[in-house]
Order: sequence, then structure tokens, then C-alpha cells
Amino acid sequence: MSEKKKRIAIIASKGTLDMAYPPLILASTAVAMDAEAAIFFTLYGVDIVNKKKNRSLKVAPIANPAMPSPVPFPNILGVLPGMTSLATIMMNGMIKKINWPSIPELLNLCIESGVRMIACTPTLEMTGVKKEDLVEGVEVAGAAEFLDFAFDADISLFV
Amino acid sequence: MGDVKPDTTLDCKGMNCPMPIIKTKKAIGQLTPGQVLLVEVTDAGSKSDIPALLRRTGDELVEMKESEGVFTFMIRKK
Repeated sequence: MSEKKKRIAIIASKGTLDMAYPPLILASTAVAMDAEAAIFFTLYGVDIVNKKKNRSLKVAPIANPAMPSPVPFPNILGVLPGMTSLATIMMNGMIKKINWPSIPELLNLCIESGVRMIACTPTLEMTGVKKEDLVEGVEVAGAAEFLDFAFDADISLFV
Repeated sequence: MGDVKPDTTLDCKGMNCPMPIIKTKKAIGQLTPGQVLLVEVTDAGSKSDIPALLRRTGDELVEMKESEGVFTFMIRKK
């Protein structure tokens, strides 16, 4: 197709295991569909592209009543020590069951296929994360750089 | 499957969205124009996802069939 490519611009602002998947899945699928995609990782979202953290993203059961549980479980018990680890183990099990790639694998797919991955500079400054801590292929830039891409987007999402 | 013979076969059985789409796209990229790819998928979403992919890439869906939970797609690279 010779017309201008479709474009999707996504902001990834969360660093939990469950919320890391949608931006990466949508961006990699968009590129497969011959579109252009960029993800702007900001605030906790930077954890997704942080090599030191992205293999061990977690999900917390507290204040998450939608979280499936093998037994009936009052949500308030999610404050107990170990509950976040338990929920994370459960979610990793569910991810494995459907053969989803891990977050680092999905990141590689995105980078290989040409998704623009942009980590937010003030977040890095605030959290002390260095460019060397980020997965190779991730750019570092601010809001204007992302918006310059997003102004021409057909779809923009905040995750 | 009719008289069309695939040049390559891709097994995506057991994979879930988005992997069949990403693998299919990669496999199409390795064909030369006119060659045919056969893809087998068990993900029910692929029934509409693969045609959606092809609407965007412009490659041709020659044939699709379902048998015992396996969707088989024949795709001709444009």
C-alpha cells in the first residue's frame, strides 16, 4: 500500500505485570499490520524497559477485586505479607498456560519489528535510572518528542 | 486444500494473540511475491485476526478452513 501508514501512539504509565502487556501487544501487532507504532514509557511504565526490573514485574491483589482467585478471598487480605508474590506467581502461571511470551521477549519483538520505544527523561532523572539500565534500542526523550509522533497518530492510548 | 500447494508451512497451534499474527507476518516477509504460506492456528481469535492482518498488508487469503479446533489459512504473498 502506497498511502501514508497508519500510526498508533501509546503511553505506558504502569509498571505492573498485567499492565505491561497491553502496550507491547498492541504496538507489535500494529507494526505487523504495516502501521507505525511508538510507546512512551513514563513514571512506573519505565520499569517495563528497565533491564534490572522487567524480568520480575509484579501484580498486587489488594484493591484489585477482578483478580481471579482459586478460593473465595476477601480483598482486604491482600495486605498480608506475601500476597503480592502469590498473586504474581498465579499470574505468571496463567501467562505461561496461554503461551504468551515473557515481557523481555515481547520487548525484543517490539524493538526488532521497529516499534519506537521512548523512555521519559524526567522519570529517569526522578528515579535515578540510567540509560544503561534500559533495554538496548530504547530511546530517551521528553514529552515533545513523543507528541511530535503522536500528533499524526490515528490511535492514541494511555495505559 | 483445493489445488493450491503451500511453499511454506507455519505451525502456530497452542499460541495465543498476538503471536500467530506476528509469526504469520514474519513468515510472509520471507516469501517471494506469489508464494503461498499455510498457517495452522488454534487461537479462536485468529479466525478474524488473520483476515484483519491481511486486509492491512494486502496479501491474499486464498482459503480458510476449520477442522477439530484448528484453523488453517492459505495466504498468497502480494
